Formats: sequence, structure tokens, C-alpha cells
Amino acid sequence: MKLKTLFFITGCILITGVGYAQDRYFTKTGTIRFFASTDLENVEATNQIVTAVLDIKSGAIQFSAPMKAFEFKKGLMQEHFNENYVESDKYPNSTFKGKITNNADIKYGTPGTYDANVEGDLTIHGVTKPVSAKAKLNISAKDIEAGTSFTVLVADYNISIPSLVADKISKSVQINVTTRLEPFTR
Amino acid sequence: MKSILYFLIISLISIKGLSQDTDLLKGIADTTKAREYVTGAYKSTRVIMSQSLEMLKPGVLDFRILHRFGNINQGISEFFGLDEATIRLGLDYGITKNLTVGIGRASFHKEVDGFLKYRAIQQSAGSGNVPVSLLFVGGMTMIGESWSNKDPEPEFKHRLGYYFQAIIGRKFNEIFTLQLNPTFLHRNMVPTTGDPNDVFATGIGGRLKLSKRISLNVDYYYVFDQPVSYDFHNPLSIGFDIETGGHVFQLHFTNAAGMNEKVFLTETFNDWLNGDIQFGFNISRSFQLGGKKKK
Repeated sequence: MKLKTLFFITGCILITGVGYAQDRYFTKTGTIRFFASTDLENVEATNQIVTAVLDIKSGAIQFSAPMKAFEFKKGLMQEHFNENYVESDKYPNSTFKGKITNNADIKYGTPGTYDANVEGDLTIHGVTKPVSAKAKLNISAKDIEAGTSFTVLVADYNISIPSLVADKISKSVQINVTTRLEPFTR
Repeated sequence: MKSILYFLIISLISIKGLSQDTDLLKGIADTTKAREYVTGAYKSTRVIMSQSLEMLKPGVLDFRILHRFGNINQGISEFFGLDEATIRLGLDYGITKNLTVGIGRASFHKEVDGFLKYRAIQQSAGSGNVPVSLLFVGGMTMIGESWSNKDPEPEFKHRLGYYFQAIIGRKFNEIFTLQLNPTFLHRNMVPTTGDPNDVFATGIGGRLKLSKRISLNVDYYYVFDQPVSYDFHNPLSIGFDIETGGHVFQLHFTNAAGMNEKVFLTETFNDWLNGDIQFGFNISRSFQLGGKKKK
């Protein structure tokens, strides 16, 4: 093969590589809080090591949250959450795979606050269900702050609440997501 | 030839574009698993008689009521032993995630006991994994009842006993946990000159998890220095743990009369093979006092 052609091909491959990476924003320290409290019991926990990736070109967005990292105030509640409810040894991570449906409306190059409509599949306890939510993207020159809030039903994910504690745990859970996404540079 | 090369280049670019849809997390998520401490080896901090390899979470107060009834083979006149009951009331408190303190008082001999339980090594998986947990327990017992034989009258120190125990155990999987409890016990006073003041015993205990909230537990000690003045048998307990939110119930059958280490290692006269079995149930209720300390 001619040396010139070889350089040309290598050049193309390298350019492709670099161009591809700049489209992705990520974090490994995203925060997810959930609330399933009732009058009888404060059921809430925070996870601060959520991984999230956003591809600004396609609007594809993914989250992965390790279940054992949800911290509760009551140690026993955390143990029961893992052992009896979400069975985190069997299902170590909850994930979300989806996309921003109005991605074309978001001007990633211009700093500002944008409303995003997110749709995708949420997998908890081995069960996948479609969810949709409204998110807010706060775009600045160096990062993207993305946050959203939505509600899911505990029963939808095959998580059973025994009748003995039915009054202590809410059947619907409010989930708050707060992330600060930075450009992914390999 | 050139057209083939151009085709290859273009397909390379487009293939990379396609892979964006499949898994964005690849290449970003950590591939090495962080160290993960193993928890939930037992539903409570006792196997049945012995300390288990579980610790209380920091700030947790565990109120324990232990009941032991009489021998079942006494028949209906004694309502199969239910007419006779001894009780131990105890409070355990988690100081840190590796240090628990506990006190208790049993109606049998009106004996007060206290202990400190320290976890030196916690079983962990992932990076730097450790296959077992190692714990140490140090305790003291004090007989509260008045002396039956006051000729000559024993001194205060004769009420005391001390024990020291190591616990080596492993949660093999979600279903099965096994531990060994080598124990050394010293009593300041023994019934006759033939009985040993110093006793060495090895306990073996484990659990088989039957469902999310129920497990089958077995607890046995082989006592090497058995008393000679009476017919001693090694204590064996078998029972079920039922966990219901804040409570853990331990329903069991045993030949051991006492509910602290000094009594069940030196005063177990009952023989399983003779049907000298007692029904017992322990209730453990946990309260969170003060929040967990942030790591």
C-alpha cells in the first residue's frame, strides 16, 4: 500500500475517534434521592455514586445506580431495603436507558436553561417498565446540570410490601435525579 | 483497490456512529469492582444461644427478651414445660459498626451478664476480598441469688465468671452461613473440687435461609472440660428465625437451660436423646437511637 494512502486512512480513523468522544457528557457522582414515606415512617434514601451518560448528538441518555449505595438514616431500614425489598444481591444495579425526545430543540452550544422531555425504559429489581419525565438542562460553557423528578409504583417492579408494614411504606415512590455532566474526554 | 479502501473508511465511520445507541455506559462505568462488605449473614446478632457474626449498626439499641420453658417430656401436667419459664432481659447497643456492648439479667440464678463484642475483620467481596469475618467477644457474669450453702459463706468474687470467645464465620451465599466459636470460660467457684474452673469449648453454628424473612438456625457446643459432679451434655439448639420489619423472633428447641455462656457451657444436664428438650423463644426489637455516623 502507498504510504500516503496509509496516512490518509489512519488520519480518517483518528478524526472519527476524536469527533465521537466530544458528543458525550458524563458523571460518576450523580445523585438520586427517593421518597416512599408515610405518616408512620420516614422512608427515604440518597445515592451519590450514580453513573450517567448523555450523548448530545442523539439525545440518548443512560443512568446506572448501584442499589447498595442508597444510604438511609436507619441502618436496619437499609438492610431490609437490600435484603427483602430490592434484593440487591440478585439485582445489583438499577438502570435507565432512554432519550431526550426534543433533543433537536436544545442548543447545546448556547448556555441557558432548557426543558427536555425524556422517555425510556427503567429497570429496577429485574423488571423493565417505560417511564417518561420532564427534565431541566442547565447548560454552561463547561458542564450540563441535568435534573428531573418523577413517580413510579413499587408494585410495577415486582417489589412486594408485606401487609404487616403496608401502612409504613408508600405504594408510590418519588424519585429525584440531580447530576452535573462533564464532557467525556478519553 | 482505492474504492474498496474508501468503502472501508466510510463503513468504519458509520459503524462507530451506530454503536452510540447500544451502550453509552461502556467505557465510562468502572470495570473493576470496588470492595463490598458482606452483610446480612444472619437476621440478628445471635445464632440462637451464641453470638453470631452479625453486628448491630451504629446507634441501634436492640432490646432482647429470651424465654426458655421447661422440659417437654414432663407431659400435660406441666403443660409440656410451658408452665415453667425462665427469662433473660437484655439490651445490646451498637457503638460503632464494629463494636457492640450488651448487658442482661436472667431469672435463672438471678444472673447478670455483660459483654463487649468487637469485629476485627469483616468478610468482603470485590477488590481485596476477605473470605471470613473475625470477631472477639469478652464477657462477665455475676450470680445474683443468695447462697444456698452458707457454711462456709462464699465471698463476692465467687459469684463471678468470665468468658472470652472468638468467632470465625463466613456467609457462603444468600442461603448458607457457617461459623465457629472457640470459647474459653473461667468460673471463680465450682460445685465440687472435681469440677474444672477453666472450661474450653468449641461452638459451631449456622443458618439456612428458607425464604426472604425466615431461616433455620443450628447452634452447638462441644465442651472439652466437662463437669464431673453431674451428668453434663453438650448444648444443642435448633430453631427458626422469623423477621418481621423491626422484630426478629427466634423459635427454637434446645437442651440448654441457661441463656448466657457460663450457664449453657457448664450447667446443661438435659439430654436430647432422652427427650429432655425445652421450647424457647427469643424476641429482638431494634430501635435506632441517633443517626448512623456518616462514613
